[in-house]
Amino acid sequence: MIYALFADMAVADNGSRQGKVRLTKWYSPYTQKERSKVIRELSGVILTRGPKLCNFVEWRGYKVVYKRYASLYFCMCIDQEDNELEILEIIHHYVEILDRYFGSVCELDLIFNFHKAYYILDEILIAGELQESSKKTVARLIAAQDSLVETAKEQASSISNIIAQATK
Amino acid sequence: MGRWRSPFFADMIRSIRACKTAAEERAVVRKECAAIRAAINENDQDYRHRNLAKLMFIHMLGYPTHFGQMECLKSIASAGFPEKRIGYLGLMLLLDERQEVLMLVTNSLKQDLNHTNQYIVGLALCALGNICSAEMARDLAPEVERLLQFRDPNIRKKAALCSIRIIKKVPDLAENFINPAAALLKEKHHGVLITGIQLVTDICKVSTEALEFFRKPKCLDGLVKTLRDVVNSPYAPEYDIAGITDPFLHIRLLKLLHVLGQGDADASDCMNDILAQVATKTESNKNAGNAILYECVETIMSIEDNGGLRVLAINILGRFLSNRDNNIRYVALNMLMKAITVDAQAVQRHRATILECVKDLDASIRKRALELVYLLVNESNVKPLTKELIDYLEISDQEFKGDLTAKICSMVEKFSPDKIWYIDQMLKVLSEAGNFVKDEVWHALIVVISNASDLHGYTVRALYRAVQTSIEQESLVRVAIWCIGEYGDMLVNNVGVLNIEDPITVTESDAVDVVEIAIKHHSSDITTKAMAMVALLKLSSRFPSCSERIRDIIVQNKGSLVLELQQRSIEFNSIVEKHQNIRSTLVERMPVLDEATFSGRRAGSLPATVSTSSGTSLNLPNGVAKPAAAPLVDLLDLSSDDAPVPSSSGNDFLQDLLGVDVSPASVQPGTSQAPKAGTDVLLDLLSIGSPPVQNNSTPSDILSSSQDNKSSVAILDGLSPAPSGGAASMIDLLDGFVPNSPKPEDNGPAYPSIVAFESSSLILTFNFSKPPGNPQTTLIQATFTNLSPNVYTDFVFQAAVPKFLQLHLDPASGNTLPASGNGSITQTLRVTNSQHGKKPLVMRTRIAYKLNNRDVLEEGQINNFPRDL
Repeated sequence: MIYALFADMAVADNGSRQGKVRLTKWYSPYTQKERSKVIRELSGVILTRGPKLCNFVEWRGYKVVYKRYASLYFCMCIDQEDNELEILEIIHHYVEILDRYFGSVCELDLIFNFHKAYYILDEILIAGELQESSKKTVARLIAAQDSLVETAKEQASSISNIIAQATK
Repeated sequence: MGRWRSPFFADMIRSIRACKTAAEERAVVRKECAAIRAAINENDQDYRHRNLAKLMFIHMLGYPTHFGQMECLKSIASAGFPEKRIGYLGLMLLLDERQEVLMLVTNSLKQDLNHTNQYIVGLALCALGNICSAEMARDLAPEVERLLQFRDPNIRKKAALCSIRIIKKVPDLAENFINPAAALLKEKHHGVLITGIQLVTDICKVSTEALEFFRKPKCLDGLVKTLRDVVNSPYAPEYDIAGITDPFLHIRLLKLLHVLGQGDADASDCMNDILAQVATKTESNKNAGNAILYECVETIMSIEDNGGLRVLAINILGRFLSNRDNNIRYVALNMLMKAITVDAQAVQRHRATILECVKDLDASIRKRALELVYLLVNESNVKPLTKELIDYLEISDQEFKGDLTAKICSMVEKFSPDKIWYIDQMLKVLSEAGNFVKDEVWHALIVVISNASDLHGYTVRALYRAVQTSIEQESLVRVAIWCIGEYGDMLVNNVGVLNIEDPITVTESDAVDVVEIAIKHHSSDITTKAMAMVALLKLSSRFPSCSERIRDIIVQNKGSLVLELQQRSIEFNSIVEKHQNIRSTLVERMPVLDEATFSGRRAGSLPATVSTSSGTSLNLPNGVAKPAAAPLVDLLDLSSDDAPVPSSSGNDFLQDLLGVDVSPASVQPGTSQAPKAGTDVLLDLLSIGSPPVQNNSTPSDILSSSQDNKSSVAILDGLSPAPSGGAASMIDLLDGFVPNSPKPEDNGPAYPSIVAFESSSLILTFNFSKPPGNPQTTLIQATFTNLSPNVYTDFVFQAAVPKFLQLHLDPASGNTLPASGNGSITQTLRVTNSQHGKKPLVMRTRIAYKLNNRDVLEEGQINNFPRDL
């Protein structure tokens, strides 16, 4: 089971190498304090690892699988008995879907549209388990929900137009 | 980009990103939070979604956002999809399972799970799956169970994962899900299949009923067929990863087979063929394929034995191990750890490769490999493996040395074929990484050295050589100065030279040099310095020619700011200056440390956990006895902390007496015995609140450790007459740590004397008196008389009483009992009877002494006390 996922920047906005978290998802209850502690510790371990090393770090009885995309690290904290290689595939699966959705995803997408990144994640993982292996299906489900939102928005604006015209 | 990318929302992110300092960022966030709060108070519905989005962003930055929690609930409760979508996202992000607010959301969830819009049902399922608590699980399980049969597969798959969370929270509910889960296994939709298989796996882990159900051929054959279909499926672009159709589905199926096959030969038999097919046919040039192979090996290793498959699996791991990709090597090491319990021989074949991995650049791989190597060690390969690891110790990273030394020490201890090899290896480790070993490692080394009497000379010379080059390795220095203190004469006189040694000439002053360097070295801590101080004291007696110089070094610490060193300095100086006559006795070589006791202590059983039934003993840790024992003990002790402490033989005795210790230990006064559980029993039994019980035996024990030394006997003889002469100087030396014996007062009511114990040669009589005004307390004057024609030496009397009594023994008048009734030893006991008038006194005794250097023990129980004591 995946306990937590977070995406961490190797270089923060202010240029320090301390890392800045862009996205976090917890599948097991932790307090806000524990969360920031975990992230701080793990960023320290992961961001300092050199290239070409393996993508796994053992940490407090868990394993952390991470993968770097440009300056963005995707990290997942998993059980000892989980399949590390498969987790790498799941990370890649997620990144590919993000890529298709945003059209060559970049850091700014995750900042300004962080909620969309979460919506997509929620179509891939629930309760720390994989939900869907088809990228196409995920894209279709997200598109359907986005259009529901669009429709609602249009309705709202047309109603306000009607009201505006009526009150003219 | 829709309403979410409204200028307000993006503006806030931009202004936060523009902040140069943390203080600026805090100011911006504070302003935003104030605005959001105001909007919440006005119940502004139009901007609720936007405020929620802002709050989530602020939350991610690590600021408190609890005031927004109710906004999430309101948003979820509103009718539209967009509001619900952002509301549920906020719920998952801002709240966790432990917050009471979740109670309020259960109702909304229930309604949304029954909503006509399937996307709203999907949102509710997703939220429930991610944050469900045990109470919510119980409340909403029926809804989720029903949704497992929903018409749309995308809802079915979400419901399946939601069920996993419910089962994890409330395992009792698992059985309700067996049938609906079984139905999911027949689906074609990959999402449903993947989640359904995962659900079945989790149900089987908590329910044996389910396990039996899914092991039936009806289900199992279906699973095997599904796996075969997906393995052989033609190219399917939707699910293809690196030429493999849906590796995720492969892996989940293999995981389920793992659970079903484990411990069931028939089930394992059903899946042999397909596992062999996966193991042989999967392409291993991409990560996805390797992930499947890895899972397949895991399954093969877990299910019931099939030799052929296991060979196949080990071969895959061998291939992995030589892969250039670090990830693959890491998982190979990981899996070989599991394989070692199945087929140790096969894993041994890869030993050389694994050993290479210990030296890898990658810390994760090194750690795995080291753990694996440790599992591979046995009697036959310990020597080469240790050599490799010690060689590597020289060049390894600083942060890896701790782990590495711990493992080397542990394997050397476990498998060393002989003591000399053990000592050699430990010296190498200590010289290389002495600062990384734990205290118990060098404590253990000293115990071993102490027990290897034929290697004392060899060891002290080797240590002398090692310490010349590695003075900065603290634990090496400690062991070295301890050995030089104990066996300094062997170092100088080249005693017991083995033919493998190079000859070495060390003068007395060279040996003192080493200790002096240690005491003055900037990196030495108190323990090292204190040990060096003891070593110097010992050397002052061993090397009379250096005595002056040693005294000078000792005196230099008289002004030390560290109390321990100052005290030792003053005490030792006074021994060197004023007490020449007892010095040589005091600094005798330590008696051989008891290995069994030491290893027992290391095994980690905390004191007082052993078969002491009464709780009070826990309140009286060993330390209670310490005020009395410590100063004496310190003189001979290797360190000031909790190293094996020579304590009186009383512990053993009482252990025996109470049957705590299984082995009837022969009590030998002066044998170094760590205080163990027995002490507690003693303390408990005797319920000491008042000072030392064991004083009678402590001083005499320590002195009597020099039994073979004639001069010491003379001193002991001098001690025998009551508190005068020698004993007085002892008391002086110990600065009053031996409490003054209370003088027996005879002004209480008179009681008849009794003969408490009588054997053919030994008589013990008790005279009783009561201190005025305290009827519960009885003073007993014990008198021992020896009727035999031989002198008893090392005479020790010990006693134990039941819980309702308190016993206090004062020091005996001596420990040598003259022959033929020509004198006696007296000792005062004070007994307090908490059940005075109800129960009579009762006492068990043990008398130990040496007759012609042979240990004699006499035990007895005294029931004939006068009734009303």
